[in-house]
Amino acid sequence: MVRQVSSVTVADRRAAPPVGGQRDSVRLTGVSKVFGRGESAVRALDNVSLEVPPGEFTCLIGASGCGKSTLLSLVAGLEQPTSGEVSAGGGRVAFMFQEPALFPWLTAAGNVELALRARGLGKAERRQRTEELLDTVHLTGFGGKRPHQLSGGMRQRVALARALAQDADVLLMDEPFGALDAMTRDVLHDELDRICAGRQLTILFVTHNVREAVRLGDRVVVLSSRPGRVIAEFAVPIEGPRRIDSAPVAELAARVTDRLREEMGRDGS
Amino acid sequence: MAANMPPPVDKSVPGYVEKLTYLESLEAPSEQRSRRLAARVWGGLWPIGLAILIVLALWQLIHLSGWKKAIFPGPGATLSNLWHQLQTGLLWQAIATTAQRAIIGFALAVLIGAVVGALVSRIRPLRAAVGSLITGLQTLPSIAWFPFAIILFGITTQAILFVIILGAAPSVANGLIAGVDYTPPLLLKAGKMMGLRRLSLYRYLILPASLPAFVAGLKQGWAFAWRSLMAGELLVIIANHPSLGVLLSTDQDQADMASATAIIIVILVLGIIVHSLFSLADGAIRRRWGLTGSS
Repeated sequence: MVRQVSSVTVADRRAAPPVGGQRDSVRLTGVSKVFGRGESAVRALDNVSLEVPPGEFTCLIGASGCGKSTLLSLVAGLEQPTSGEVSAGGGRVAFMFQEPALFPWLTAAGNVELALRARGLGKAERRQRTEELLDTVHLTGFGGKRPHQLSGGMRQRVALARALAQDADVLLMDEPFGALDAMTRDVLHDELDRICAGRQLTILFVTHNVREAVRLGDRVVVLSSRPGRVIAEFAVPIEGPRRIDSAPVAELAARVTDRLREEMGRDGS
Repeated sequence: MAANMPPPVDKSVPGYVEKLTYLESLEAPSEQRSRRLAARVWGGLWPIGLAILIVLALWQLIHLSGWKKAIFPGPGATLSNLWHQLQTGLLWQAIATTAQRAIIGFALAVLIGAVVGALVSRIRPLRAAVGSLITGLQTLPSIAWFPFAIILFGITTQAILFVIILGAAPSVANGLIAGVDYTPPLLLKAGKMMGLRRLSLYRYLILPASLPAFVAGLKQGWAFAWRSLMAGELLVIIANHPSLGVLLSTDQDQADMASATAIIIVILVLGIIVHSLFSLADGAIRRRWGLTGSS
């Protein structure tokens, strides 16, 4: 299903028949995105083709300015490609940003509940699901707090609960843990693993932290800078629970870093 | 290889995540212990009391200096005049009339301002046409409308209400438009990804997000409404209908300076009371949103 106009896509996605995990892949075919016109035009993405099969956790990595975030916005339907085709696979799409982007006038529970309300759930069901979701992200008992009363890690967990509340098939994550300290990030990696294990979630995860990418992803896709192109892909063949400081993760991360360095050297930057 | 690895943290130990959550919660901004009510009220009141004392002292000094002694009463004479007027029904009747006009006029201004603001912020062509007109109206001193209003409505309460609305509605509309305009783009993105569309986007995201700017608009609108009302009551004097403006005007005719000053004090106090109500609302929103800088 190819996206045309962003304002109809959510309705389309909602109307799409739920076929029990039999979604199509998230697919980008020859996608380019140019911002601006004439001399000041910036080519953010150049002829990017990428396929993420249902249920796969793909990490996108690259130096800043490689158009990673733009790529997510395209999949989300927040922006339209200049050329090429983007398909989110016909499922619902949720988005987690680097900032929690919680609504400050609502409590933690209120933020999660609003996502459920947007899906049209009834009051009793909303209340029950909100409680379950806050439990899932280990925020039991914090539902009544407002965002400014929570720490950065807790806010990001509320944002995760809110994204999960959308019951999406595709979860787009734009450096969601980038602003957190290493220890909090480590815990959230574990939680994300655990949450993904129970669901058929297709995840596109943008980061500039190579170890994080190897720690989380089934696959790591490396993008070049200005314009963004796919220059390398690494499958992550590490079975079982991974630790960010384990030898296999470090070893693969080193290979990915080498490839990134090579790319940056070519730029002369 | 395993020997080189650091000793693993056993994350399967029950309570590991709970412990971390607890540690994180320690890092969260500490609960602002609200001081006892009495202490808060005192903290708010003593600077006001001090300011009043300073004004009274300066006033008394000018009075003692003998400047325009014949017509310029000191604080003692004025305050006793005020005290006597407060015992009469006339002043209270005047306050009631003025308050009623203020409430009706301001309520209509808020209604009209909110509707116009909502339409203008929503409809792009209307924005281009009406947006600058609203700002223009806001800068136009509303007293300039009185000849227009008196010709249109005669010496009536409608004429006064008309000018109040023209004075206050643009500020209310502009407050709402500013609030809608400055809804953070990131929140808009988050709302759209959540599936909020059109009306629900307005109801659950844009309107609550624009609340602080809207309250600021209300506050400014009230100041304009109150000024327009006072100007109106001095210009549009309706017989047998005492209002604060009528009392002031009578004092002017009778050169009763003590009474005129007493009425001014009443007007000042009423204005301050309403203004602090808006400040309370503003403060409540800021605390709720975590926008207060103090700890």
